[in-house]
Amino acid sequence: MKNWWKILTVLLLVFTVAAGMLSDVPRLAILNETIRNLYFHVPMWFGMILILLISVVYSIKYLRKPSIESDIIAHEAARVGILFGVLGIVTGMEWAKFTWGEYWSNDPKQNASAIGLLIYFAYLVLRSSFAEQQQRARISAVYNIFAFAALIPLLFILPRLTDSLHPGNGGNPGFNAYDMDSSLRLVFYPAVLGWTLLGIWIVNIKSRLEILRQRLYENA
Amino acid sequence: MLFKEILYLIRKDLVLEWRQKYAFNGMLLYVGSTVFVCYLSFGLRSNVLTVPVWNAVLWIILLFTSVNAIAKSFMQENRGRLLYFYSIVSPQGVILAKIVYNTLLMLVLALVCFVFYAVVLGNPVQDVPMFLLSILLGAVGFSTSLTMISGIASKASNNGTLMAVLSFPVIIPMLLMLIKMSKNAIDGLDRSTSFDELLTLLAINMIVITVSYILFPYLWRS
Repeated sequence: MKNWWKILTVLLLVFTVAAGMLSDVPRLAILNETIRNLYFHVPMWFGMILILLISVVYSIKYLRKPSIESDIIAHEAARVGILFGVLGIVTGMEWAKFTWGEYWSNDPKQNASAIGLLIYFAYLVLRSSFAEQQQRARISAVYNIFAFAALIPLLFILPRLTDSLHPGNGGNPGFNAYDMDSSLRLVFYPAVLGWTLLGIWIVNIKSRLEILRQRLYENA
Repeated sequence: MLFKEILYLIRKDLVLEWRQKYAFNGMLLYVGSTVFVCYLSFGLRSNVLTVPVWNAVLWIILLFTSVNAIAKSFMQENRGRLLYFYSIVSPQGVILAKIVYNTLLMLVLALVCFVFYAVVLGNPVQDVPMFLLSILLGAVGFSTSLTMISGIASKASNNGTLMAVLSFPVIIPMLLMLIKMSKNAIDGLDRSTSFDELLTLLAINMIVITVSYILFPYLWRS
């Protein structure tokens, strides 16, 4: 059974969607039923960070030992990371509209994630401006590592310095304090695992396809 | 050894700048005319220019000045000279020397900009030493991160746009800290209120310098 983790992904996601929509959730003021978004919005961020980390790891790998495969995986992982980031922002904005009253309320975490996405869009633009494959791979790997090092303080340090509407920042209690009870955890952890695995699955398929395409070009 | 190399390279950049003054004079003129354009656009309605706007406009002028001034730091070197450097100095020496040189350049430009801006648009700053410290940190921060970015952008074909696109997201966190810190200085708040921003800025600078130091050799090889 080589593909056990793919079956696990499907099962986890089916469970997440079914249990996320149907299970009992704590009744809280303001949040009400939107708390179910916890299973969809928050895992997007976990998934994005992990997949971007994969991208950076393969960029480092490329610089240590150049190979087309590492470059392709770094590129595809960055693209899937962007997809997760966009989904995270969209689900977050939807949630913010219902709970904070605005789609965009100048929250430091919202701003930080928008800037993070800008960095990775810039990465794609940088990639597309090279014609020669090796130069493109090396220089975009350098930018990828540089940008990731600049993104990390942004995502984890800056929101903690200022007031945020997100739970766990600037005086707002974190999940553990009041609303993360065991029934939420029961769906939340499988959801994080499931969405992250789905992201890795997409990266896996896309980079295999791209590597095959490269081979086809070389032999043609 | 590395230290000596860096000193030599900085001296080379200074001498080059002194001999072809048009680049530096061009940047001075750029700062001057941008400030004057701001003055003219605000001058018609002087009550528009509140303190936060004054601060934000100053930092935006500084940001664009530094992007323009530092963008050329790798583009002005021609191919033959780069090959020559490649054979005699280490890449770490090159990047550190460029960072120090760009910091000096940015310090001069930022101070000139601040003085001219304050003269033309009025000076609401209450705690001037603290404000100068934030400008100093700004010059160091902008030049560290932009030097590496300009190295990356100089390898690509359409490097004018690329420079801006690559650098803005990297520089925004720094800019937010700087604006907050200088706002505290303008309002004359107690200096301990800016301590958090100061530490974060120093930490970001350290990260950026370390990463540039590690990554530049890979960039230079191509």
